[in-house]
Amino acid sequence: MTAAAMASDKSAPTRKVQYGSMSRDRAWALRWSYFFLVIFAAFFLLPPIYMFITSLKTSAEISAATNPWWVYNPTLSNYAELLTKPEYLTFFKNSVIVSVFVVTITMLISIPAAFALSRMRFWGSATLATGVFLTYLVPDTLLFIPMFKMFAVFHEITGIQLLNRWWVLLVVYPTLTVPFCTWIMIGYFASIPKELDEAAIIDGASWFQTLTRIFVPVALPGIIAATIFAFTVSWAQFLYPLAFTTSVDQLVLPVGIITTLIRGDVFAWGQIMTGALLGALPPLIIYAFLMDYYIAGLTAGATKG
Amino acid sequence: MADAVLTSSSPVRRATARPGAIRRFFQRKSTIAFLMALPLILLIFGLVIYPAFYAIYLSMLRKSMTSIAWMRNCSWLPDAICTRIPFGNMQFLFTRETFWMVVYQSCLFAITAVIFKAIFGFIIAHFVHNIPAKGQRKWRGMLLIPWVIPPAMSTLAWLWLFDPSYSAFNYILSGMGFGRIPWTGDASWARFSVILVNIWVGAPFFMIMYLAALKSVPDQLYEAAEIDGANWWQRIWYVTLPMMRNIIAITALFSTIVTFANFDIVRVLTAGGPLDQTHLFATWAFRLGIEGGDIPLGASVSLFMVPILAVAAVFILRDINQRGNEA
Amino acid sequence: MAGVTLRNIVKRYGDVEAVRGINLDIADEEFVVLVGPSGCGKSTTLRMIAGLEDISDGDIAIDGDVVNDVPPKDRDIAMVFQNYALYPHMTVAENMSFGLRLKRYPKAEIKARVDEAARILDIRELLDRKPKALSGGQRQRVAMGRAIVRNPKVFLFDEPLSNLDAKLRVQMRTEIKKVHLKVRTTTVYVTHDQVEAMTLADRVVVMNHGRIEQIGPPNELYHHPRTRFVAGFIGSPAMNFIPVQLEQASGGLTMRLSDTIAMPVPAARTERYKAHVGQSGLVLGVRPEHITDAQSASGANIVPFDIRLDVIEPMGNETLVYFTLSGETMCGRVSPEAGAADGEPLKLAANLNHMHLIDAKGEVL
Repeated sequence: MTAAAMASDKSAPTRKVQYGSMSRDRAWALRWSYFFLVIFAAFFLLPPIYMFITSLKTSAEISAATNPWWVYNPTLSNYAELLTKPEYLTFFKNSVIVSVFVVTITMLISIPAAFALSRMRFWGSATLATGVFLTYLVPDTLLFIPMFKMFAVFHEITGIQLLNRWWVLLVVYPTLTVPFCTWIMIGYFASIPKELDEAAIIDGASWFQTLTRIFVPVALPGIIAATIFAFTVSWAQFLYPLAFTTSVDQLVLPVGIITTLIRGDVFAWGQIMTGALLGALPPLIIYAFLMDYYIAGLTAGATKG
Repeated sequence: MADAVLTSSSPVRRATARPGAIRRFFQRKSTIAFLMALPLILLIFGLVIYPAFYAIYLSMLRKSMTSIAWMRNCSWLPDAICTRIPFGNMQFLFTRETFWMVVYQSCLFAITAVIFKAIFGFIIAHFVHNIPAKGQRKWRGMLLIPWVIPPAMSTLAWLWLFDPSYSAFNYILSGMGFGRIPWTGDASWARFSVILVNIWVGAPFFMIMYLAALKSVPDQLYEAAEIDGANWWQRIWYVTLPMMRNIIAITALFSTIVTFANFDIVRVLTAGGPLDQTHLFATWAFRLGIEGGDIPLGASVSLFMVPILAVAAVFILRDINQRGNEA
Repeated sequence: MAGVTLRNIVKRYGDVEAVRGINLDIADEEFVVLVGPSGCGKSTTLRMIAGLEDISDGDIAIDGDVVNDVPPKDRDIAMVFQNYALYPHMTVAENMSFGLRLKRYPKAEIKARVDEAARILDIRELLDRKPKALSGGQRQRVAMGRAIVRNPKVFLFDEPLSNLDAKLRVQMRTEIKKVHLKVRTTTVYVTHDQVEAMTLADRVVVMNHGRIEQIGPPNELYHHPRTRFVAGFIGSPAMNFIPVQLEQASGGLTMRLSDTIAMPVPAARTERYKAHVGQSGLVLGVRPEHITDAQSASGANIVPFDIRLDVIEPMGNETLVYFTLSGETMCGRVSPEAGAADGEPLKLAANLNHMHLIDAKGEVL
């Protein structure tokens, strides 16, 4: 039909039906897109913005019946108070230490493992690769109770107390980070042409040198994405520290804020919001600077490794 | 035979010194590979598979004689047999009204949240895809923020937005002449609230996945469809959706697992209340197992997540393998 | 510098034999090309020489030493890959020196060798660039440079030109030959392109189904193929094959091509072919350049015949004509002035001085 119509159009360029202008349609579609995007963005950004608004208020203003969406007497006293509070600084310190260690441990485990699984093949390596993925799907909420009991039993047998020590988190967080990081590293390594490691082998590199001198630099974007993932997961993890740590000096940030700043029904909302905002800041900063890596890591999980 | 050839016809010399058997074993590719993967294997077996089976074992234990009195339906049998019958905790759970409430709430929570996350994600992805390419990065960056903030922290903000006496939402509503809404005080509203927060956290993830999928559909397909006379809606139905089917399924299944096993949001927002009406498996297991000290019962509750997680996992694996084969 | 010896090399993948017993002696400084269709085992053979694949059976010796269990890095070989396999995060100089650095050569020596290789390949101005900033031909040169700096006993090339466009391929082909003339390293080169094989090789090894069909200098392979496979594989357009009946006639032997066309066997060959009279499954092989227009060819054993053409392909200097004989599509090369046209009849002539007679087993008689 189109061919015939076109042919006749060419010979006689008359317009039979009055169509709407194509560019006008597009312009309207664009306007609607922006309109809805603004609405969704407002919805998505509302809580963090409200956190920020509240964090600038005094307790008096919070409990006054004024417009909660406006700051009448902005103050930084919440920030000042929180950042001079030793326990909050302890939470922050614990969170930083735990996250940095977990990221390191995760990378040390998952990069060699991903290399071995994607390149070297050994008995059962294909099954293990699938197993890694399935492990990633096992949620923390399934494991925290048996782990709790395991640590208690471990204490009875060896006398080493793991519960209520911040470093127990270094043992349990890798169960959340390592499988996913291994999985996406397998994917990144698989995208490196096979000839590259063959060339390295012929050049005289050992397997370990092939990994450190060729694969790690070449797969650096993937490693950055995996590192970001490991960091954000460790930083945000809430259930394990809530279950395994209780003393104030052992808590990490999310649990610390929720258990110490909320006392009974007395909510110090100014400080809670300030604490939550500061707690959300490290992942947000990393995200702001490394957004493309963050998103690459996010979408990489749904592809075959 | 080969030796005969060698001696007769070729100037070949055999290398004499051979490395020892043990050294050879450790130089073998598969041995090195296994050693490189060993920490991973230990981690998976020691801290994932072992605890998972340990949970099954725990769920068969009984906390104390007092709870046995509740749970056993086998009192007519001799104690020696009855105390060893497994799943005493499960039987006990089946008799509890709260348990069925948790089952209902978990399913309602997961299904509703995933559906709405998928719908919102799809719509937003389309809008972002619609606007000129140079502005997309900015919008995408902004819209993903809920996913980046640790959920426990952002749920605190929601908790404050939902505050019974100072709710900023109620301030707006009363300004418009509506009454106050008991966001977390009333069972139905509390259910709505936890789902809302979950959608808020999870929709950006769907948006990012769908956006990536939209970008991977070649423009020629749309142009071909347009030339074939497909309108906007037909293009979505016949081109976009089939091309994205796999990624839609994978994302939805991923999200089903994560949502079903959710803990942070409910724990912070309602802590299961009012009257245990918003408990999910995870939060209820925490309440019983860690806070209540009844580890076997807590383990039993958390194990009820397994069937649904397993089904979702099987489907994800199938879809991912398909995706791998297509690529 | 060294020779390479292959003795009864076998490669099995499970039950499948990819390479089925290869014997090959490559002399020092020789340029040997392994050629064959995909899946013929040529790449596998090369990779076994490199040490990237284990040998299922047999022995490989480099410079007289059996290297079956020697890891690739200790075989003193260098390899150029199809996709060049340049390390994307290293500069050209770093790429070329990587092997030397791993072996902890002194810095001055590394620099001297890299400079020398860069001079040979004319890539001195590229040394500080990353592979991403190079064109296909330049990458190819760097890959060769990486092989040259190692100063190995053997160069191995695995289809190094197949990622280049046609024009560049011809240019780099010459380049590789020039480099070989300069550095004179024993070279094993794998390709599926018979033109590449013919132009580069001192000796060509034609492989098929994991076996060697024939080894020989390019011209020998072209003019005296020993099997139907080699006859068909070498040369473009490919040799024409047509089933024939060998009959005893009054003046000697006659080949019957069809009911209407029969051709006398050249007298010089009567003795060779006599024993095969009446044998079934015989095939006549004639190269397209030996089927010409009847006007421009005459002489002994040049047999004219009439045919209706299917299609023609004018090439400028000549015209390729295609016609059907006994159900086989045949190709001839005629002069542009011969008046060939699509679907028109034409008088052609077959030069039987260069014919090949092939038996049912595929062996050239």
